[in-house]
Amino acid sequence: MLSLTVLSLLILVFMAVGLYSKSADILKENSVWTLLTSSAWSPFNGQFGFWSFIVSSIYVTLLSLIIALPISLLTALFLTEKAKPWIKKAVFPVLDILAGIPSVVYGLWGILIIVPWIANSLGPHFVDYTSGYTLLAGGIVLSVMIIPLLVSLFVEIFSTVPSEIKDASASLGATPWQTSRKVVVRKALPGIIASTVLAVSKAFGETLAVLMVCGNMVEIPRSLFDSAYPLPALIANNYGEMLSLPKYESALMFAALVMFVIILIFNTVARIVLHKVEEKFTL
Amino acid sequence: MSLKKSFRPGYKFVRQSEGAELEVRNLNVHIKNNHILKNVNLVLPDKKITCIIGPSGCGKTTLLKTMNRLIDSVEGVRIDGGILLNNENIVGSGEKIINLRRKIGLVSQKPCPLPMSIFDNVAYGCRIHGIRNRRKLRMIVQYYLEAVGLWDEVSNRLNTPAARLSVGQQQRLCLARSLAVEPQFILADEATSALDPISSRNVEELFVKLKQDYSIIMVTHTLHQAKRIADHVVFMYLGEIIEAGPANEIFTNPQHQLTKEYLSGAFN
Ligand SMILES: Nc1ncnc2c1ncn2[C@@H]1O[C@H](COP(=O)(O)OP(=O)(O)OP(=O)(O)O)[C@@H](O)[C@H]1O
Ligand SMILES: [Mg+2]
Repeated sequence: MLSLTVLSLLILVFMAVGLYSKSADILKENSVWTLLTSSAWSPFNGQFGFWSFIVSSIYVTLLSLIIALPISLLTALFLTEKAKPWIKKAVFPVLDILAGIPSVVYGLWGILIIVPWIANSLGPHFVDYTSGYTLLAGGIVLSVMIIPLLVSLFVEIFSTVPSEIKDASASLGATPWQTSRKVVVRKALPGIIASTVLAVSKAFGETLAVLMVCGNMVEIPRSLFDSAYPLPALIANNYGEMLSLPKYESALMFAALVMFVIILIFNTVARIVLHKVEEKFTL
Repeated sequence: MSLKKSFRPGYKFVRQSEGAELEVRNLNVHIKNNHILKNVNLVLPDKKITCIIGPSGCGKTTLLKTMNRLIDSVEGVRIDGGILLNNENIVGSGEKIINLRRKIGLVSQKPCPLPMSIFDNVAYGCRIHGIRNRRKLRMIVQYYLEAVGLWDEVSNRLNTPAARLSVGQQQRLCLARSLAVEPQFILADEATSALDPISSRNVEELFVKLKQDYSIIMVTHTLHQAKRIADHVVFMYLGEIIEAGPANEIFTNPQHQLTKEYLSGAFN
């Protein structure tokens, strides 16, 4: 067990070191700060500013979470607290299937359904013109991808909330909805956070689907109807193709390193929050 | 323990109809294919302590759960017959269930703190019923924690999770929590089972005081406890009520052979 743990830690370290040494080229000429905060992107002129990619990545992930969290929570609450057993039995296999569908299929679905819908129906209400290949499309497709994961995790967590607690709440005159909101969700909060971390990591690293629907224009998205260019899409789009350009490979390695570090920071923060929450509510 | 009768903090849900009665008529409860309560008939008088006694598994908890309709959430349950609160049948009536639980509070057999602080546990029911005023809530919480003899132990850590309390403390907390919504009837399922003799006596004294304002129906396995505080005694066996009546009659002159055996300890 211990050796396995050490091994997985070592893999982590090797990855970090590998990415870092590969991006050394670009780090020699630019400060980390400029690379991160500049949005000037012009590989032909040797300008590599990653800010718009970082922002795109964060926006699209956040957006997917904002869409997916409430839907998943309500669905999971419904399934555990209200739904008849046969509904549960019918839904779980569907969730598993949805979770197993390759992301390229989600991307195609986004191109065929979501992108035109945004371009033709939703967009015109808000902006003069949008191609449909937008931040919003990325957020929606990503949320649809993580909802099955979140729902099945949440259902599992909610079913571990002891019925005695729900009974106690009901005995005090709480409606089932109040009980769900104030007791079930609260009791499950550490689990909810942990699952959300998992979903965020998945959404943040998801490549193909966002690449297909986000538009991939190098600009900082100013609204939901602007196109976005998340980091994984940048790497996948360009790796192997434009490596003849000087420094380009190194720049893409740096992009990967940035993702790696963001996920690391995010996980660490989430762990701290989780710890605080557990301390506050349960033990 | 300071329980002043006239002092009722934040009394919002005025307890209607003094002299209310809870009456169980021809009650039968089945869970799946098990006949758990068999033709139960019972009158539970207002402002009295009624003790339900009987061997383990005879249906005491089920009876209490049926009275505040917690039984509804059990899968495969069927309830026939009626439970009348102030002459209104509470079985099978759809939406009144919330109001009903406001009037009939259940303290469960296993203490079960909600996943929140000590303060929030006691304030939970009041908040549900619309009391938002922070000062009022503080008053209510202190009042009922004092009533159950827990205030001195927890007053300096009201904001810590209730789950950290000892089991006995949790049991008193749950009692305080139920009292705080000020129901007419308190159904207490072995409310002292996890308490040491002193705390247990304190809770008994509390119940005796409480019956000025509340009607108390308590399940107990301690015959001595029943003898000390019961006005009425109900003896159950295998889902049936074998004998019920004023405490002194049951204890001094039980009619039924089973009751005699149970009281003499032959069951153990
Ligand atoms: N959800 C349920 N499903 C099936 N049977 C149940 C259920 N709840 C209770 N019973 C059965 O009903 C009978 C009465 O249970 P109950 O909990 O009311 O007993 P009790 O008198 O409270 O016992 P104790 O003194 O041990 O608490 C038992 O035989 C029990 O197994
Ligand atoms: Mg019981």
